[in-house]
Amino acid sequence: MKMNKKYSQLGQLLISHFKEIIREPGIIFWGIVFPILMSLGLGIAFTQKQEVIRKVAVLETNDSAVLDSLLIIYMSDYADTNRMMTIENMQTGNTSFEFIPMNWHDALIALKRGVVNIIIAENDGKIEYRFDPLNPDAQLSYTKLNKYFITGTPVIIENTQNIQPLTLKGTRYIDFLIPGLLAMGIMMSTMWGLSYGMIEKRSKKLLRRMVATPMKKSYFLISIMTVRMTMNFIEAVLLIVFAWLVFDITIQGSIPALLAIFIAGNVGFAGLAFFISCRTAKTEIGNGLINVVVMPMMILSGIFFSYHNFPDSLIPYLRTLPLTMVADGMRSIFIEGAGFDQIVTPVAILMIGGTIFFSFGLRFFRWY
Amino acid sequence: MVSQPLVEVVDVIKSFKDVKAVNGLSFSVREGQFLALLGPNGAGKTTMVEMIEGIQFPDKGDIIIDGKTWHNHEEEIHRIIGLSLQETRFTDKLNVRETLSLFASFYGLGRDRVEEVINLVNLDEKRKSYVVNLSGGQRQRLALGIALLNNPKILLLDEPTTGLDPTARREVWSILKKLKKEANTSLILTTHYMEEAEQLCDYIIIIDHGKILKEGTLDQLLITERGKKILEFTLKEEGIKPEAFPDNNSFNVQWDMDKQKGNLELIKFESQLPKFLNYLHTCGLTLENMEIRKLSLDDLFIDLTGRHIHENE
Repeated sequence: MKMNKKYSQLGQLLISHFKEIIREPGIIFWGIVFPILMSLGLGIAFTQKQEVIRKVAVLETNDSAVLDSLLIIYMSDYADTNRMMTIENMQTGNTSFEFIPMNWHDALIALKRGVVNIIIAENDGKIEYRFDPLNPDAQLSYTKLNKYFITGTPVIIENTQNIQPLTLKGTRYIDFLIPGLLAMGIMMSTMWGLSYGMIEKRSKKLLRRMVATPMKKSYFLISIMTVRMTMNFIEAVLLIVFAWLVFDITIQGSIPALLAIFIAGNVGFAGLAFFISCRTAKTEIGNGLINVVVMPMMILSGIFFSYHNFPDSLIPYLRTLPLTMVADGMRSIFIEGAGFDQIVTPVAILMIGGTIFFSFGLRFFRWY
Repeated sequence: MVSQPLVEVVDVIKSFKDVKAVNGLSFSVREGQFLALLGPNGAGKTTMVEMIEGIQFPDKGDIIIDGKTWHNHEEEIHRIIGLSLQETRFTDKLNVRETLSLFASFYGLGRDRVEEVINLVNLDEKRKSYVVNLSGGQRQRLALGIALLNNPKILLLDEPTTGLDPTARREVWSILKKLKKEANTSLILTTHYMEEAEQLCDYIIIIDHGKILKEGTLDQLLITERGKKILEFTLKEEGIKPEAFPDNNSFNVQWDMDKQKGNLELIKFESQLPKFLNYLHTCGLTLENMEIRKLSLDDLFIDLTGRHIHENE
C-alpha cells in the first residue's frame, strides 16, 4: 500500500505561519535589517568624536566696522582666520566657532532652523549674547565664548588635565542604545506581527474560513505566537551579534536572566497584541490601535534617550510602562551586570500582565 | 426510496438591527441533491448559508444537519460539511499545495488527498504558485478545492462564480457537474446568476427580502408559464420614451429607455404577433430588430418582483 502520511495540524500551522513571515521581504527588512541600520546610524553618530563646529551669528549693524573692530580686539587675526576660533582640547575634542555676519532677520531664521544657536551683537562697545536660556547647547556656546573671547587668540588650548574621559564598555551611548533597541524590537515585532497579522486574517475572512473546519483554535494561537516569538529571538540574536562585532558590546550580567526578561517581554507584548486585535476586522483601525499603544512608549520609555530627562514627577509612571520595564531590565543586565534578583519584579509583572490581557482577549475574541 | 433530508431548515428568522435578513425560510436538501438559493444582492442568501455553516445563528427556527443541530455537535458537523465563503482571501505567500496541505491537516488528511484535489480542481500547473499570483478563477477553484478536501456530504458554496469571467465560470461549473456525476455530495449554492442555477441545480429557491418567492425544479418553476414567449425588439427611431406605447388590451409593452429596447409577453404569438406589428404601425414606429424566445428564470424573477435581478449592481 502506498504511504499516505497524514499532516499534523500543529506542524502545518507552524510551517505555514513561518513561511508567511519569511517570504515577506518587508518583514525581514523591518524586523532585522532596520534595527541593525538604526543601531549603526545612531551608534556612529553618537560615538565618533570629531571636531565640533559651532556656528555663531554675528549681527551686522549699519556700521559693521564697529563690531568687526570689536571682534578684532577680542580675537586678534579675526579677519585673517576666516572668522574662526578654535578651542583645542585633548580630552573632550576640539571645538571651533565660526562667526557668520548676518542681519537680524537672517540671524533669526538661522536660529529657528538650528543653524546657529547663539547670536552676538555689539552694544555700547561690549559684546551682547542672545540665545534661548532653556537650550543647554546654546548655554554651552555662551559659556565657552564668554570665557575665551577675551584671550584674543584664534587658537586656544584648553587645559583640562582633570578630565578623565569614560570610554569604558557600558558607559558609551551605544551601550545604552542596544538594549533599548532590543526591547523596542520585541514590542514592534510583536505588536505589528501579531496584532496586524491577526486583524488582517480576520479582514480577509481567512480566520472564519479556518474555524469552519475541525481546526483546533488553541493550535492556531499557539502556532502564531510560537512563530512570532521565534522570529523575535532570531532578530534579537542578530542584533546582539552585530553590535558585538561592530561596537564590541558585551553582556555583563546573567544570560539566563536576559533570556527571562526577553521571554517575559514577549509574553507581555503578545498578551497586549492579542487583546487589541481581538475584535476588529478593519486593518485601518488595527493600525490606529497599534499606534496608540506603540507611539507613547517609543517616546516615553527611554529607548533612544534616558527618560530621566522628563520631569521627576513623571518618572514613577514611566517606569510602569511595559517597554520601560523590558528596556530597563535589559540595560541592567547588559551594562550593570544584573542577574535574576534585579529583574524578578518586571519579569513577574510582564508575565502576569500578558496573561491577563491574553485571557481578556480570548474572552472577547471574534473568530468570525 | 425516499432518503432522509441531509439538511433541514425550518422557519428560520434572522434580524440585524431592524432589518429582517431572513424572514421565515424553510427548505430541505436530500442526499445528492443540488439546490440553488437564487436572489439579488441583499436577499438574505449569505445570511442563510452562514447559518447552515454555523457561522451565524438564527434568532428563531431550527437548522438540522444530518440529524444534528450545531449546538454541541460542532466538531461532527464540521467534518461532514465543506464550504466556500464569499471572497475569502487565503495567505498570499503560500502556494496552492501548501494552502491545501494546511487545510488537509485540519481534517487529518494526507498528501494523497491533497494531490487528488489539485487534480480535481485543475490546478496541477499552479501547484507551486503563490496564492497572490493566481487569477480570480484559479483562486475560486482553490477555494472549491479546500471545500472538497474532506469529501463533504454537504457542500455549501456562497456565490462561487461572482466576479469571474464566463470561461472561468464554466470551469467551476464543470468541476461541480463532475462532482454531481461521480460523488454523492449534496450542494447548497447561492447565486444571482440565473444561468448558474439552471445549469447546476435540481431544485431552485428564489428568495428576495429574506422570503421564498417561488421554489421548485426548473421545469416546475417555468411550467405555469408554459407556452408563454418573450418578444424583444428594437426600433429604428431614436430617443423613444415609454409614453410612445399607449395602453393596449392585447399586450403590455415594457420599454427600457436606457437600452432603447422593448419586450412583451406573448401567450399565443401566432395571433398576437400581427396585432403587435399593426400596433407599432399605428404608433408611427418602425421595427428594426426582433426576437422571440422562451421564458427564462430572469423573466420569472421580473414577473415576481417587478425588477431585474441585477438591478442594484
